[in-house]
Amino acid sequence: MNPMGEKYLRKDSLPFLWCPGCGNGTILAATIRAIDQLGVIDDVALIGGIGCSGWIPVYIKADVFHVLHGRTMAFGTGLKMSDPKRKVVIFTGDGDCLGIGGNHFIHTARRNLGMTVLMVNNQIYGMTGGQVAPTTPLAAKTKTSFFGNPEDPFDACELAKAAGATYVARWTAAHPIPLSKTIAEAISHEGFAFVEIIAQCPTQAGRLMYGISDPAAMLEFLKGKTIPAQAAQNLSEEERKGKLIIGKLFHDSEKTEFSKRYYQMAASSGKGD
Amino acid sequence: MIEEPNQEVKILQGNEAVVEGALAAGCRFFAGYPITPATEIAEMMAERLPPLNGVFLQMEDEIASICAAIGASFGGMLACTASSGPGISLMQEGVGYAAETEAPIVVVNVMRGGPSTGMPTAPSQQDIMQAKWGSHGDYEIIALMPSSCQEAFRLTYRAFVLAQRYRVPVYVLSDEIIGHTREKVRIPQGLAPVERQKPRAEKKNYWPFKAGPDGLLDGMPAFNEGYKLLIDGQLHDEQGRRAAHIPEVCARLTERLCRKITIHREEIYELETAFIDDAEMVVVCFGSPARPALRAVKEARRKGIRAGYLKILTVWPFPVERIRDLPEQVHTLIVPELNVGRVVHEVEHATAGRKEVLSLPKLGGLLHTPGEILEAIERRNR
Repeated sequence: MNPMGEKYLRKDSLPFLWCPGCGNGTILAATIRAIDQLGVIDDVALIGGIGCSGWIPVYIKADVFHVLHGRTMAFGTGLKMSDPKRKVVIFTGDGDCLGIGGNHFIHTARRNLGMTVLMVNNQIYGMTGGQVAPTTPLAAKTKTSFFGNPEDPFDACELAKAAGATYVARWTAAHPIPLSKTIAEAISHEGFAFVEIIAQCPTQAGRLMYGISDPAAMLEFLKGKTIPAQAAQNLSEEERKGKLIIGKLFHDSEKTEFSKRYYQMAASSGKGD
Repeated sequence: MIEEPNQEVKILQGNEAVVEGALAAGCRFFAGYPITPATEIAEMMAERLPPLNGVFLQMEDEIASICAAIGASFGGMLACTASSGPGISLMQEGVGYAAETEAPIVVVNVMRGGPSTGMPTAPSQQDIMQAKWGSHGDYEIIALMPSSCQEAFRLTYRAFVLAQRYRVPVYVLSDEIIGHTREKVRIPQGLAPVERQKPRAEKKNYWPFKAGPDGLLDGMPAFNEGYKLLIDGQLHDEQGRRAAHIPEVCARLTERLCRKITIHREEIYELETAFIDDAEMVVVCFGSPARPALRAVKEARRKGIRAGYLKILTVWPFPVERIRDLPEQVHTLIVPELNVGRVVHEVEHATAGRKEVLSLPKLGGLLHTPGEILEAIERRNR
C-alpha cells in the first residue's frame, strides 16, 4: 500500500464502497496529502454528510463524525465552538450541502465560522440511483427529470461568497495536485472556507446525463470545460457560459473568524456594560 | 421559615429553573431557536453562558440546534437544547442520531398544545408519546416530568446525570404552566457539576462502542483527545465501523440501545407517593396535573375517602412495576393528563386488567381543577 494510505487510512474499513472510476478516491487522496503536509491529523475533526462523498472521511484514521443528511455544518458548529483549536473539515455532496442542508450552509458561511467545507459536486444524487439535484444542469435527464430538468442549477461558489464565506475555490477531480494545495490552504484559513470539487460520476451522471460512462473520458470532458480563474477575468459573459471557472475565486483574510469573535465577546461579557 | 445557609432561595419561573439546573450540572453549551413557550430558556442561557466561558448559539432552526448540541457533546461539553411543539418535531432526527450514536444531550420540551402550530401559549402533555417514539426506528430515551419549578431545577440537573451515565438523550418534559409559573426555588450551593467518565481502556485498545455486560459503554472521550473516534449514524460495530450489511451486528446494537435503558430502569425510576398504604383509589399523575391531584386527594381524605396519590417523575422508562405493585386493596387508578388520554394506556398495561383504570383527560389548554379530580374520586367511591 502507498505509505500515505498505510499511515492515514482505516485499513480495516477497506475496500471503498464507491463505484469504479468514482472521483471520491482522488479527493480522499488529495485531502490526506493536505493533512500530511500541514501535520494536523491529531487536530482535525472530519465530518461526512449523507451521500457518496460523505463516506470520504470515514476511511481516514482521525476523529470522524458521519452525520445526518444535510446537517454536517450544524454538527461542525458544535464541534468548533466547543474547542476552537479544532480544525473542522466537512465532506458534503451537492445535494447534502445545497439541497437538504442549504439553510445550514448559508448561515454557517454568514457567521464565518472556521471550518473547511469540501463540497463534492457530481451534479446528481448518486447513492440513491441518479435523481435530479440542485446542481443538475438545465434540461439534463435524470431518473427524476425524465423529460429534462426544468430547473436552473445553483452556482455553489457564488452562493458561498454571497452568504459570507471568506475563502472560495473550485477545482475538479481532474486536478488532484492543485486541489490538494487548495485543501491545505483552506484548512489553514481561519474563517469559513468553501471548496467546490466537480467530480465525475460515471455510474449515474455519466450514464444518464452525459452519455459517457468511461471515467477517463469523463475526466477529459471535465478538464475541457474548465478555465483558470485568472484567464476568466478577461473573458466576456458569453465566452464564460457553460465553462467551469477553477482556482481560488475569493479570499478575505481580514474578517474575524466567528469562534474567535464569540470568545472575545464572551471574555468581556459582564465586565462593566 | 428558616432558610438553610447552604442554599440560595430565588423566585424563578420554571424556564429559569431549568437554566439554573443545567448550569449547576455543568452545561456549558446551549443551541436553540426562539419558540413560545420555551424562549425564556434561550434568553437566560444567552445571558448566563458567555460569562462562564460557555457557548450560547441561536441557530437557524431547531434541526441545527440539536445537531450543534450533539457536536458539542462529542466536542467535550455538556450540551443542551430547548424548544416546544413544532420545534421538538423538527428535532426528532437529531434525537434519533443521539440515541444511535449514544450522545449524551438534554432536550427540554416546554409542552404546548398541538398538533401543528396548535396552541402556542397554552400548556399540554401531548408530547409524552412523541418523546418515546418521535424518531424513527427502535431506541429508548429517558424522560423526566417536573410538576413544580423546584422539580424543574432538580430534574434538569438529574437529566444531565442520566445522560452522561447512560449515554442517551434525556428529555425534560416541562409544560407551559411550569415554564411560566413563578415560585420559590431552593438552589443548593456548591452542587458538584456532573462529570463525564473518561474511558478506562488505553487509547490504542479503545473501541468506542464496546459495551460491558450492562450494555453501557466505557466512558466517553471527546474528539481530538487521541482516540481517533469514528461516530456513525449508520448501525455500526463496536469499533464504530459501518455494519448495516451485517444483520447480527445490527440486531445486537439495536437491542443493546434499548436494553441499556430497560435493564437499569429501577435505578432510573423516580416516584412520589402519599396516602398509599390504605388507599382504595390512587390518582396516578405526572407534571402539572400532579398539583391539583394532590389537593384533590387531600380533600377526599378530609371527606373520609381512602384516596391515594402517586406521582411519576420519570415517565420514560415507564415505571410499570411500581404501578403493578400497588397494594392489593387499591381497586381504581385515576389518570389525569393534559391530552386525549395517552399515558393511561401505559397504566392499563401495567395493571394487566387487575384494577379499574379511569382516564381523566383534559384538552384545550386548561389544567384540571382539584374539584374535577375530586369529583372523579367521589364518583368512583359511591
